[in-house]
Formats: sequence, structure tokens, C-alpha cells
Amino acid sequence: MSQNLQKLKYDVVIVGAGGAGLRAAVEAREAGLRVAIICKSLFGKAHTVMAEGGAAASMGNANSNDNWMVHFRDTMRGGKFLNHYRMAELHAKESPDRIWELEMWGALFDRTKEGKISQRNFGGHEYPRLAHVGDRTGLELIRTMQQKIVALQQQDGRDHGDMEANLKVYAEFTVTDILKENGKVAGVYGYWRENGDEILFEAPAVVIATGGVGKAFKITSNSWEGTGDGHALALKAGANLKDMEFLQFHPTGMVWPPSVRGILVTESVRGEGGVLTNNKGERFMFNYIPDVFKDKYATTEEEADRWYTDQDNNRRPPELLPRDEVARAINSEVKAGRGTEHGGVFLDVSKRLSAEVIKKRLPSMWHQFYELAGVDITKEPMEVGPTCHYVMGGVDVEPDTAAAIGVPGLFAAGEVAGGMHGSNRLGGNSLSDLLVFGRRAGAAAADYAKANGANPVSDATVTQAAQRIQAPFENAGGENAYSLHAELQEVTHNLVGIIRTGAEIKEAIAKIADIRARSKNVSVAGDRKFNPGFHLAFDLDNMLLVAESTAKSADLREESRGGHTRDDFPGMSSTWRQVNHISSFDGTKVTVTARPLPPMPKELFDLFDVHELEKYMTPEEIAKGGSN
Amino acid sequence: MTRKLNLRIWRGDSTDGGLKDVVVDVNEGEVVLDVIHRVQATQMGDLAVRWNCKAGKCGSCSMEINGKPRLACMTQVASFDEGETITVTPLRAFPIIKDLVTDVSFNYKKAMEVPAYSHPAELGPGEARMEQVDVERSQEFRKCIECFLCQNTCHVIRDHEENKKSFAGPRFFIRIAELDMHPLDRIKNRKRTAQEEHGLGMCNITKCCTEVCPEHIKITDNAIIPMKERVVDIKYDPARMFSGQLRREKRD
Amino acid sequence: MSGVFSPTRAKIKERTLRTDKWWLEPAITFGVLFSFVIYATFRAFEGANYFVEPLISPFYSPCLSEACVEGSKLFGWAPVSAQVLGFALSPALIILIFPLGFRMTCYYYRKAYYRSFWFSPPACAVAEPHTKYTGETRAPLILQNAHRWFFYAGLVFNVFLTYDAVLAFRNEHGDWGHMSVGTLVLVVSSSLLWFYSLSCHTCRHTVGGRLKHFSKHPFRYKLWTTVSVLNTKHQQFAWFSLAAVAFADIYVRQVATGAWTNFYFF
Repeated sequence: MSQNLQKLKYDVVIVGAGGAGLRAAVEAREAGLRVAIICKSLFGKAHTVMAEGGAAASMGNANSNDNWMVHFRDTMRGGKFLNHYRMAELHAKESPDRIWELEMWGALFDRTKEGKISQRNFGGHEYPRLAHVGDRTGLELIRTMQQKIVALQQQDGRDHGDMEANLKVYAEFTVTDILKENGKVAGVYGYWRENGDEILFEAPAVVIATGGVGKAFKITSNSWEGTGDGHALALKAGANLKDMEFLQFHPTGMVWPPSVRGILVTESVRGEGGVLTNNKGERFMFNYIPDVFKDKYATTEEEADRWYTDQDNNRRPPELLPRDEVARAINSEVKAGRGTEHGGVFLDVSKRLSAEVIKKRLPSMWHQFYELAGVDITKEPMEVGPTCHYVMGGVDVEPDTAAAIGVPGLFAAGEVAGGMHGSNRLGGNSLSDLLVFGRRAGAAAADYAKANGANPVSDATVTQAAQRIQAPFENAGGENAYSLHAELQEVTHNLVGIIRTGAEIKEAIAKIADIRARSKNVSVAGDRKFNPGFHLAFDLDNMLLVAESTAKSADLREESRGGHTRDDFPGMSSTWRQVNHISSFDGTKVTVTARPLPPMPKELFDLFDVHELEKYMTPEEIAKGGSN
Repeated sequence: MTRKLNLRIWRGDSTDGGLKDVVVDVNEGEVVLDVIHRVQATQMGDLAVRWNCKAGKCGSCSMEINGKPRLACMTQVASFDEGETITVTPLRAFPIIKDLVTDVSFNYKKAMEVPAYSHPAELGPGEARMEQVDVERSQEFRKCIECFLCQNTCHVIRDHEENKKSFAGPRFFIRIAELDMHPLDRIKNRKRTAQEEHGLGMCNITKCCTEVCPEHIKITDNAIIPMKERVVDIKYDPARMFSGQLRREKRD
Repeated sequence: MSGVFSPTRAKIKERTLRTDKWWLEPAITFGVLFSFVIYATFRAFEGANYFVEPLISPFYSPCLSEACVEGSKLFGWAPVSAQVLGFALSPALIILIFPLGFRMTCYYYRKAYYRSFWFSPPACAVAEPHTKYTGETRAPLILQNAHRWFFYAGLVFNVFLTYDAVLAFRNEHGDWGHMSVGTLVLVVSSSLLWFYSLSCHTCRHTVGGRLKHFSKHPFRYKLWTTVSVLNTKHQQFAWFSLAAVAFADIYVRQVATGAWTNFYFF
């Protein structure tokens, strides 16, 4: 422990300043508590800004038939009924309020003719449901909440003369440990990225909202921050991860040129009329409509084309199938030799829409392709393929409070939390997820902090945390973190990527264990001052834990469902649907066990047509008709 | 197709520093940030650079490339002549931390000084109605990714450190304009405070902010000049001056 | 040491590391504006060769002085005496302040001359030479806020100059229904002046920009949209109209001195 260690005391500490973290911070501060927000980057740079399509909320502005029940059904279907029903229910019920709230904080969504918030179509959603701003909705969310934080700080400035007295942002700060005393959360420990100085935050309640894990994979849409920090921190603190085998590969990432590989092409491109074709010019998605969706999607190109202008009398085009279906279809086309020369397929919006309309409706897409890749999407098709986009798995939480099960005082919201999306997330449900559960986490953390009060951190705990930070500098001539990271990405990409087999997964588990062993010996050049090699040493450790957890969960699940596809078990099984995979960590290795999925109560069960449920559930479950 | 690129990178911190020459591989279609990452992974493990999305959406990798304020992820290596040396330096309007990373906290301080949006108290959740034509002007400004290139290039603070306390900068002039044009914002005195507290009058509209904006926001034409005109409305308008309206408004 | 050489900033000794020809644009701007100023000054003081039936130089219109030559006076009216405070002012000097003021305070020209004449800054990311800077917050530059006054005055001038162009549809004996090269010159220069004025930022603001709710003023929104389109070309209109006015003056002068003959189409 350094002599002049800075110690700060807060009621609630939020780790992560993306949508969920900021929403939690607003809620905890409005509950009257002192709140610290910690972010790894600058404030306002979180990966949430990359979300393009919109935020799903059944406000019914575009189609008055929409309501929370329809949204709930779509979410469960998208997740192949592996979702925690209660999270899906809360999400569907509360997301309209969360969107309207943003508007009251200054957000400017696109409008309908009546002046309401406009809503757009998206894959897997029965009605136009996504509140949006062009194709930069995530940026709007972050900016609105960032400005809401400022509004709260200005209020504190008026009340106390110090804007940062009760709500302060600690930017470019890495959290290395969640600290516990007496079995409960006591704070977090970490260092400033700028100079390596350490800080102890003492707080009885900690909300983790650190987002995803994409950087553990080779081709990903995630930024460098998506290194699974929250997943790993929670595991190490004694919480469990749920369903880590489920990773969403967004079907349409850029595959060319290589410098932008992985970057997302928003689903709105397909929503606005973009079609997928292989190198023979065939619109192949018609060959990949799964049985469970047969009656909801158009079977001919003519019907699909009509849908864009008349949605009431036609079924939607198969390009708008849920993401996992589209990703697998593209993968199969490429494997069958019908892909582009760079290993993708074509996505073309130029034939259906005029250049002017494309630039108006998809401005950042146009911008992105033109400026990053020199491709003019108003004239030529894009080359796209699957990219690791989102992890459905995450911290095992109580649905109503977002409290991490097993660690009092720890909460998790947003992508880092598991259960909400089941085996596959619908586009647009992520932005609303982080608002709904960010708020719930903030509120529950505030309640917990009020009820429990401070939990002081002992010197011994601090010493241990400090040693971990110093360690990489003391290994001379050890492994290079950059090379180990690249090695890990090869393993995950090749062996636990979009299509998996038992033998490959086992190979991955062994290789990840090997990299993990070598990573103990990572050494760092230079000093603590803004040193990316040093930062990567910690990120690497987190990614390895995540990868281990994903591989071991994938090994156990002998079926294909949503974001988990086993070549050796291609079918979906009703018995496997009854099981969640729970990862825990004993300090040396991750152990995965199966746990029964809580059954839906009758009132939710009855929202579905029983014939639809028969496709997912066992006859016994159907006969029972819900849990009560 | 791989070739060699001559790169000069500024390395150092607040005590000292200078340009270092490196030779690095570059592939077809790569941007400057790719090359910097390759230098980091193979030659300078501790080279400090900020970046996040690598897609021109987060505004983190702001730096100066051959002296021009730019996003490294949006600058194609192919846009330079083959054989040309590319010089990469940190932003020069802000205090240096290390290598390509500067202390941009000035901007966050200024963000806290602009009074937040104020929603009409009588409008509950879902009750707000706004026409698309009324939100479009403000929406343009909300495209801002806060890369702070406009702040960096603005000579008012780039060339005059002492002006930092009294000048909010182009990024926050578009924020003020956004709020003043917001169809529902209730705060009435944004024009006056823009001039009297945030330093709008310091701007001499030389348009460098607009030139460097990676989002192509027309900062000067659509935000700063309209705000200057709105200030004229309340302070110097001929018709209102003769009718005595200006004096009446000042009292309010 | 201030600005980019302040002690907290990255230590780089160059004023700029730009490798492109950043100095070219301000150099051209300086050259053209400076030449115009020299020529306009000479012409404003010349006090002759500004009128030849049916053409009047835009530098001298409206001609309001008793000193104005026969036929050049606006409606034959001369409200200003030939001597002002004991000085024999040329008729151009009396009115020059209005068009000059409009251009001096124009948002585009401000950029142009702040960069090329005052180096504040000479180009983007090129350090300026001044140690202090207060922008347009105090005298004299606070007078830039008078742009709206000059805009209104400019509109009045445009009316006079358009009237002059109409008068040019006569021959040198005052008969209507004729057209010469001189007519074309005056029509083009007065039209470009209209484009310059109507594309101006102040115009854009007054017709609709100041509104909070476009949806409640559909007509003004339409005006604003049109002016906004013109406004994106304000810089071009600024230069073209300047060149056209200068050429109109040169043309009238050449015809008046007899160097050129004003060719009649009919």
C-alpha cells in the first residue's frame, strides 16, 4: 500500500459510464446519495454511443396495436425462451417510461407527423418499435444522460456551492478489484490511467455496468473497452455468471477493407430495404427461414418487397429474421463457397432507395462506408459478415433489483448482467435494457446503501489489491501482453466462435488454460504513466476469465440455440431450455454447473399461443401451463 | 499489399519531448490509427494514445496529423503521397499528459457551465409534442461526438491560454445553440449569457472549427452566427432599439 | 510564451506542422482585397468619369451631392452640399460607408480579412503572431454587431442600383427600349448584389432563423429554407458581386473617358 494512497468515501460507486451506469448514477443521486461514476475512457465515449438502430419500447406511436405484451412475446421468442421471464416482463413494461424520461431530459428523437416519438422496424419486433435519432441513437442516449448528470451537478452547485460534492465522474480510471469485508461489498480499488496512482473508493454498494466482452474475440464490433472487466470483477468477488456460452454475432459487420473489419453495419440498413445476396446474386435468406418462424416471414421476393410499403397485409422479408438466424445463414453461404472474395456476402441498399433517401435515413452508415472504407453505399453493395457483437451471458442477478446473487452490495446492469436476453438479444432491446435495469440497479443500490451504511475496508485488503497492480512491473523478461491477447483472440475465434464442436471447445479450454498460466508472467515496459501495455495486462486477465467461462459453458450445452451453435448438436432441445449454466470462480479456475431455469407464471404463459410454446417446451411444461 | 511507412511521432510528457522517427509496415486500406497500433504492439509498448470505437463515432483519437487536427481513425494512410513522412503530434491547445494524450478536462469543465435543458413542468412523460422541422436544427448539433477538435483548433484558446477562463469554445456554442433552438426548453436568457458569460463575442468567425469537424456540423454558419444574430436581436437590433424594446427586455 | 508554446503544452517548436500550402488562400485573399481597396480608394477620390448617359458607376450611386455631374443625380435631387465641413468631398465618399460597412461587417469577409490581413489566425492550426486577443468584445470590433444596420441600408442601395440598371435600358439620348453592353454590366452587378445581400447570414436570421418553432410559421420556414440554400454560397456571392461592381465601375469609367465605346445591341 502506497503511503499517500487517496481514499474516497461514497454511498454508491458505479463502475462503467455507458448507458446503464449513467442511468444508475442518476437514480442513486436522485435518491439523495453521494455517487461516484468511474469510467475507463473519457466521459461520454462509452460503447453505447455505437448503438445505431434505436431503443425498443412499445409506446405504440407508429402502430397502436403495440403494447408491453407484444414486446414481451417478441423478446422471449428472440431469446428462444431461455430469458428470465421476469426481466423480460419488467423490460417490456418499463421501457416506454424510460424513453419518455429521456425526452424530459432533453433528448431529441425523430418525430412522427403527430409530433410524437417516431418508431422504426427492426428484426424480431412485430411492430415498428424503436425510438431513434437517425442512426445515432446510442449517442443521443449517452449525451442526454451525460447532460442529465451535469444538470444534477448544477443543482448540487446551487445547493452546496460545489458541483461535484455529491456526484463526480472519475474518468480514465481502471478498477482492478471489488473489495469485500465480512462477506459484503466494501468498495473498489484501482488506478488512474493517466499516472498509475491508486485510489481506494470505500462504498457499501457498487454497481457494475461495464458492458461486453467482444475484445476477447478476433472479429468484433466492440471497442477496446469491451474486455469483460465487470464479468471478471464480479466472478472474483464471488458472484456467478450465467449462460456465458451465448454470444451474439451480429450478422452484418464490415469485412472489407481489413482496417475496419468487424465494425457494424446497422440492422436498419435491412429495415430500410437492404437485401442480402451471395456471389451468384441470389437472395439467399429465403432458404434459411426456420420452422418456428415460417408463418411470420415472406416466402417470395414479391411479398417481401411489398412489405416495405404495406406492412399490414404482407409478411416481413427474411432479411429481418433475428440476428442469430441471419448470422448463421451468412456463415453457411460463405462456407459453401458462395461468399465474396473477402469472406462475406453482399448487402445492397442502392437498388431500392435513391441516394438522397439513403443519406437522409442512414447518414452515419453512408458516412462510415464512404470515409472509413471508400465505399459509396448509394452506388454499390457493402461486403458484410458476422462479427462478435454482444454477450447475452452475464452476472447472475435478481431481476427486480439487479442485485448480484451471492454478493451483498453488488449490483449489475446492462450488457454485463445476464438473463434478460436469453440465448439471443433482439436489436433495440439493448438500449432499453440498460435504461430499465440501469435505473433499477441504481435504485436498489441506493436502498441497500441506506439500509446498510458504510463497511470500512481493512488495510490488509488494500495491501492485497495494491500488490496486484504492482505485479506486472516486477516480472522482468516475461510474456508480452499484446501477443498473448492476439493468441487468445485466435483461439476464441477459431474454436469457440460462431459455429462450435465438442472437440474444438475442449481444445480451446486447454489452450485458454495455457495462456492463462503464461499470463501470470506478463511483464510491462515503461512506467505507470498512461502506459497501454500496463493497462492491457489487467484487461487480458479479465478476458481470459471470460473466455474460460464461455468455453466451459459451451462445452456443456449439447444443443444449438440462439447465440450458441454446435455443429455436432444442430437441433434445439426442449430439455436443454430448462437449464441455465452458472459459472463460478474459486480463485484458480472457473467451474460451470447447470441450474434449472425458473418457469414462467401462468399469466405470462397464457400470453402465448400454446402451439408456439410447443416448439420450445416439453409436453410436461405445456401440460402444467405455467408455474402457478 | 504491405509497404513501409515513415512515421514521426511526438513522444514525451509535460517536462520534455520531441519527434521520434519510426518505420512501420502499412497495409492497403489502413488508417493512421492502425499504424500507430502497430507501432505500439511491435516497437513502443508504452506509446500512449487514446482511442475507442475506431469508427469515427466516439471522438477519442483526436490528434494532429501533419499539423492538422484530425481523428486518426478517419485519416486514411492512402490520402498521403507514397514516400511522404507522416507526422503525428498531440493536440496543441491542451496540456500534454504523455505522447499523443492530452488533458482535455477544460472541455468537461465548460460543459458543466452551460445551464442544462429545462423541461416544461406541465408536460408529463409522453406528453411532449415536437414537429420534426422544429427539432432538426438542434439535432444537427447533437451529432457532436465531442472529439474536441474544434476546441483544439480555435485560435481564441489555442493561441491565448489566458482566454480559457472566459471562453466556452465552439463545442459549447453549438450546445447553447441547440438549447436555444430546442422547441421546449424553458430557459430564456441563453442569448445574453452566451455573450456575457460564455465568450461568444470572442469568436471572430474564422471558421476553423467548421473546417475540422469530423461530423461536418456547420458550427459557424448554423450555430455561432445564428447565436450572434440572436444576441444582436436583444442588444443591437435597429428596429427594437428605436422602439425601446431593448431597454424593456434588459430590465426583465 | 503563450498559446501553443505555453509551458503546459507539448513541446514543439514549429508554429505549425502543416505541410500543405496553407498560406496560399490568405495570400490570394490579401492580394485581391488589397487591390480592390487601392482601386476603390483611387476611384472614390477621383470624383470624375463616373457617369455617361445612360450609365452610372455603382461607386457613385445614388449620387446625392451638389457636385454630381448633370444627369447623374438621383431624381435630380442633391441634398448634400459640395463642401462638407470645408472639404470638397467626392459624391462617392458620402455614400461609401454603406456598401463598405456592409462588406466590412459581413460574416464572410470578417473571416477573410481576419485571416489574411490580421493573421488571427492566418490559417487553421497555424499559430497567430498576436500576444493578446479579445475578439469582437470591445471597440472597435464590437461594431461588427452593426451588420444588421448595414444589411438594411444595403437593401436600399440594391434598390437604387437596380433602378440604375433599369435606366440603362435607354440610349444616350434617353430613349427607352435599348440595350448595350453597359446595360448587361449593370444588370449583372445589381443582380449579384441582390444575391449577396439575400444570402447573407443576417437575412437568413431575420426571415426565419430567429424563430423557435418553424412549424408555426410555414411561410417564413420556406423563406428560411431558400435563404439557407443561398447562404451556403455566400462566400461565392461575396466575391462575384465584388468583382462585378468593380468591373461595372471600370466599364463606366472607360466609356466615360472615351477609351471604350459602349456597344448597343439594339
